[in-house]
Amino acid sequence: MTNLEKYDREFIKMFGVKKEELPTLKYRGIKKWDSMGHMDLMSALEERFDISISTLDVLDFTDYEKGKTILAKYGVEI
Amino acid sequence: MGAGTFREGGLSSEELIQLPAYGLKQSEKEALYGKLLTDLTREHGQKCLPYGRFLRAAGVQEKLDRGEVLTEEEIPFLPVSVFKERALRSVPQEQVFKELTSSGTSGQKTSRIFLDADTSAVQQKVLYRIVSDYIGADRVPYLVLDTEKVLKDRSLFSARGAGILGFSIFSSQMCFALNEKMELNLEEVQAFLDKNKGKTILLFGFTFMIWEYFVRALEKKGVTLSIPGGVLIHGGGWKKMADRAVTSEEFKEGLRRTAGITKVSNYYGMAEQTGCIYMECECGYYHASTWSDVLMRRPKDYSVCGAGEPGLIQVMTPIARSYPGHSLLTEDIGTLIGTDDCPCGRKGKYFTVTGRAPRAEVRGCSDTYGG
Repeated sequence: MTNLEKYDREFIKMFGVKKEELPTLKYRGIKKWDSMGHMDLMSALEERFDISISTLDVLDFTDYEKGKTILAKYGVEI
Repeated sequence: MGAGTFREGGLSSEELIQLPAYGLKQSEKEALYGKLLTDLTREHGQKCLPYGRFLRAAGVQEKLDRGEVLTEEEIPFLPVSVFKERALRSVPQEQVFKELTSSGTSGQKTSRIFLDADTSAVQQKVLYRIVSDYIGADRVPYLVLDTEKVLKDRSLFSARGAGILGFSIFSSQMCFALNEKMELNLEEVQAFLDKNKGKTILLFGFTFMIWEYFVRALEKKGVTLSIPGGVLIHGGGWKKMADRAVTSEEFKEGLRRTAGITKVSNYYGMAEQTGCIYMECECGYYHASTWSDVLMRRPKDYSVCGAGEPGLIQVMTPIARSYPGHSLLTEDIGTLIGTDDCPCGRKGKYFTVTGRAPRAEVRGCSDTYGG
């Protein structure tokens, strides 16, 4: 599985969205991606990629696309 | 979530967030705040019609029109209760990203605070900057001294739930110490502590809940925990504790005795200025961070109190941008202890909060609040 596939799968699993919805997916844009959902997503991505995301990056992780650039900071190229 | 810009002050909100949390001397801060708050007052007057009417009625608009830069003391203030009476926002409704409500004291109307995405993001970052001064910059295991039910049950979801969620941005993993019946879940807590031995652990809860369902519950069970890396942050007021004649010292001693926690900080804050909380330092005083300031005012004429003199607490913050809540007179009584010279090393003002004013005392400017 590529990193992109892994990344996508976490969103799909967590929020029950379709692949086509991912590019426009935003924090608080859907009901399930609320503040609790956000923390669950962060934990899932940390576990999946074996990284530890800083608080500031958790706050900056505001949409699906932005998340890719944040993970890149941790050496996860998507 | 692009951060807005403080065009006039020459300082973007991103730059403001990057300043040291407690490093500004009061004189530097007041110079900065005069400019930032004057511009923000003008901006809210233009974007929030009722607030604009208030500025004209209060005679402030003329000064702004003349281009005067107001001092902190001259910045007009609204009584905090105004958000219970009116829906005040400085952004179009479609930009409202979330609406905070706070019940305040029981039996009163609810405040409504309108946040746009930028304001909400800045609030969270400010909270992060303040709290990381106490727990460090990394996310840490988070032991919530409450029940998960407050997050699930919408009827319970209030200041308690919002506080727990607000601090969840600091958590790498979360554990709720209490079950649905508000009983201490000792096995789960112990497992969580074992797993995170040697780490900094953030504990958060409401003062009364912590005392009743954690400290006293441990005492009743005759169990002691060992959380040497614990940093406990609590809020929600002392009223119920004062009713039981529990002092701040006894509260801290109880936590040390039952859980081995030596770092305990109360905080003062309100939904009307979310994010910029006032943390209690090692010396037992609340500190204004870089992102907010306080003035104590005499209830009889709203003149500014000297150090050591109790008065109504006015809170100011340059980060309240989507609603005109940048300068508010609270109903709380506080005493300025000093400025720039707390033994803990933090710059700026430090103070104590001693109680609430009787309801009738705080009318502030609401009487002139036409429209």
